[in-house]
Amino acid sequence: MQERRWTHLDELEAEALHIIRDAAACFERPVLMYSIGKDSTVLLHLALKAFWPAKPPFPLLHIDTTWKFREMISFRDETARRHGLDLRVHTNPEGLRQGISPITHGSRVHTDVMKTQALRQALEAGRHDAAIGGARRDEERSRAKERIFSFRDRNHRWDPRRQRPELWNIPNTRVHGGESMRVFPLSNWTELDVWLYILQHRLPVVPLYLAKARPVVERDGLLIMRDDDRLDLRAGERVQERLVRFRTLGCYPLSGAVESSADTLEKVVEEMLRARTSERQGRLIDHDQSGSMEEKKREGYF
Amino acid sequence: MSSLLNEGESLGAFIERYRSMELLRFLTCGSVDDGKSTLIGRLLHDTDRIYDDHRKALEEDSKVHGTQGGAVDLALLVDGLKAEREQGITIDVAWRYFSTARRSFIIADCPGHEQYTRNMATGASHCQLAITLIDARHGMTRQTRRHAFIASLLGLPQMVAAVNKMDLVGWDESRFRELERDFLAWCARLGTPEPMVVPISALHGDCIVHPSTNAPWYRGPTILQLLEGVPVMTPSADAPFRLLVQHVIRPSLDFRGFAGRIESGSVAVGDRVQVLPSGRQTRIARIARDELSGGDLQFVAAPSSVLVTLADEVDCSRGDVITCVGGVGGSQQPAVCTSIEADLVWMDETPLVAGASFLMRIGTRTVPATVVRIRYVVDVDTLGQHVRDSIEWNEIGRVDIVTQQPIVVEPYRNMRALGALILIDRVTNATAAAGMVRSGDPHEPSPRRAHWMTSPAPTLDPPASRGAGEALERAARWRQRPAAILLFGAPKSGKTRRAFAIERHLWQQGHAAVVIDGQALRSGLSRDLTFSDEDRSENLRRAAEVARLLLDQGMVVILSMVAPQPSARDLARDLIGTDRFLAIDCGEASGDDAAMLRDVEAFIRPDRTPGAG
Repeated sequence: MQERRWTHLDELEAEALHIIRDAAACFERPVLMYSIGKDSTVLLHLALKAFWPAKPPFPLLHIDTTWKFREMISFRDETARRHGLDLRVHTNPEGLRQGISPITHGSRVHTDVMKTQALRQALEAGRHDAAIGGARRDEERSRAKERIFSFRDRNHRWDPRRQRPELWNIPNTRVHGGESMRVFPLSNWTELDVWLYILQHRLPVVPLYLAKARPVVERDGLLIMRDDDRLDLRAGERVQERLVRFRTLGCYPLSGAVESSADTLEKVVEEMLRARTSERQGRLIDHDQSGSMEEKKREGYF
Repeated sequence: MSSLLNEGESLGAFIERYRSMELLRFLTCGSVDDGKSTLIGRLLHDTDRIYDDHRKALEEDSKVHGTQGGAVDLALLVDGLKAEREQGITIDVAWRYFSTARRSFIIADCPGHEQYTRNMATGASHCQLAITLIDARHGMTRQTRRHAFIASLLGLPQMVAAVNKMDLVGWDESRFRELERDFLAWCARLGTPEPMVVPISALHGDCIVHPSTNAPWYRGPTILQLLEGVPVMTPSADAPFRLLVQHVIRPSLDFRGFAGRIESGSVAVGDRVQVLPSGRQTRIARIARDELSGGDLQFVAAPSSVLVTLADEVDCSRGDVITCVGGVGGSQQPAVCTSIEADLVWMDETPLVAGASFLMRIGTRTVPATVVRIRYVVDVDTLGQHVRDSIEWNEIGRVDIVTQQPIVVEPYRNMRALGALILIDRVTNATAAAGMVRSGDPHEPSPRRAHWMTSPAPTLDPPASRGAGEALERAARWRQRPAAILLFGAPKSGKTRRAFAIERHLWQQGHAAVVIDGQALRSGLSRDLTFSDEDRSENLRRAAEVARLLLDQGMVVILSMVAPQPSARDLARDLIGTDRFLAIDCGEASGDDAAMLRDVEAFIRPDRTPGAG
């Protein structure tokens, strides 16, 4: 009778759908944090599935630092258009006016102003009491303690000592006015699970995940793609066409490419299976200082 | 780090293999220095699941924060937060993920310091197996006993004890056997399934992934062999069907779907179902699914998240439960009630006192609820039950809860999804307690009982033994003193009619009562007796003996007997005990049934002064 056997991807999917539906039912003004990457791709697919044949009962929010890869932005707009979704894009106007850039101000200031503060502004403006995001616990050490329903105080701060115990699949979703919850339906997924799910459902992803000849410069031991001419070349640097792809996507000056010839999803998964380093290795943002992700989370970084 | 791909394996073959791999969720617990983080680090290390960049960071960390004199400290792999690393403690449950060629694992890493009860209960609620660390030098500690107790309370089906630091006791087999005996004995007292006990050295990697040459006397599995070998518990499609409604989906006037997770059992299109608490019956019209995922289903089983539509326009919304009518498990239905008895793990720093109100979430329903009574607090070290006025932080107790609206419940041990609950503090919104339903009372509490339940706890003696504890538990559960009520009188004096009326009345108050009818006894137990006065007295003696057995089980027994001889009635009184025996002469009784009911109720009240009857 049963059409096929229950696999652990089925289990992760069923769990994520349950979380997304609870988030929609228990909060007044939830929003889905759409960051365009592979995790967001799976998250959005699950959100569409959770409420089909209706549309998800919440808008999509993208925090645009203005430093995202151009291909990400076109992919974002195309995705929203194809599904007929309410996409809201926010950029910190203060940061924009001050011309904050990851290149001149460094990743720490850039992330704080253009991501953390921008997110706070957008959540406050939308009076969102829940923000659903695609973070996974296996991404980084400090995320290992993250709750699925993660409580944030009025200042959007995460306090590891004030998190609520999560029992069974019964989240405590109660918040007072001004307080909010971050909700992470993919908490129990690993990077491999995400890719296998994308493969299984043939979900479209930003082409940057696939290998292609791209203009890159070597900087601080990373391969940085020169996505536009805002990336000034330092002395001795030169732009090379190299066959590269990205394991994670963020602001282009902060995202390290890997040399790869994996130009199909299958090859990407195979390459990842043979990888000896973690996906975050190519991210400058995590390497500012020891425990840096924890610090950012405390400040309200997603 | 090694590749998950087997030598020469194609991606397609790997995906097939990986997709069919089972997922095991287990937890690790132990006291602060038992070596839990080292054990997990060792598991990751020896299965070669550490990324090169993580290993590099670990080597650097070990020089600064390590406890191994600059050598690689595997515990640092999992001690996540900066604040913790500096203090050398683990603050909270941490989640780890790893796969071997055989299985995927999710580890709930539960720290063992002050908040251990809350953390362990949290971890255990997501897992099916617990690994408890025991330091071979210190043996079973309070903490070890508590961990096993919480695991049994949360209903974990599999227990493993890892006796760590065997290297520090010279791999002494007799020491290991002693600890093994201690742990097995404790688990037997708890009534948990028999645990596995493994001697290990997390620091040196003995019996974690690889067998140890230091323990030739140990022929059992390593920790990893156990983890890869135990059966993974998946919900059975044969269990009773339960769909907990999370969300109503109405894209248009033509479509009204109920979204939620099937927590148990399975359902097919056309199956007869009912919506609880309303009890309205209908059929499953569609198991709807989008075209991209393959379109509608004809059949679906737990633990799927689904969308169904119903054949009739019945009222159904978030918090409701859809169950099967007839078919598999159709006879087992949840209770719809406003009064439950539950075990609580208290997680709030403010102690629980009777009369406190909360929001209670059970399944997908959230209702205002009041803890009307604390029955007892468990001493986790002795398993003794103590009657107390409060439950403190990290304590475990049994309580009665009354809800403002009807809820759909089942005992936790039968149906986790409808037996697990949380209590939320209405002011702070903190999760104050995790609860496990023992029983749901199918009756509305009468004003009288509600009054009784908010009165001070009855003065019951703490149990001297397990047997006494059970009698107390029964008496407390039914809120009654066990008693025999003898209705005697000539035939046709209305004894039996009144006996059944009293029984029904007591049932409706939530008591456990049973009628022994003298006439019915004659069809079996007293088949040899005549209708002489002597034989009528003998019939009473036999009835009294049966009643005594039932009284020991905490019941109220109503005897309907002719019992003409006062001497025989005195004999029955002696047999049963004066304090537990109430005789009512139906020949003399004025016919005021209400007065009789009041007398009976007063007699079985738990707080009645003995001898007052």
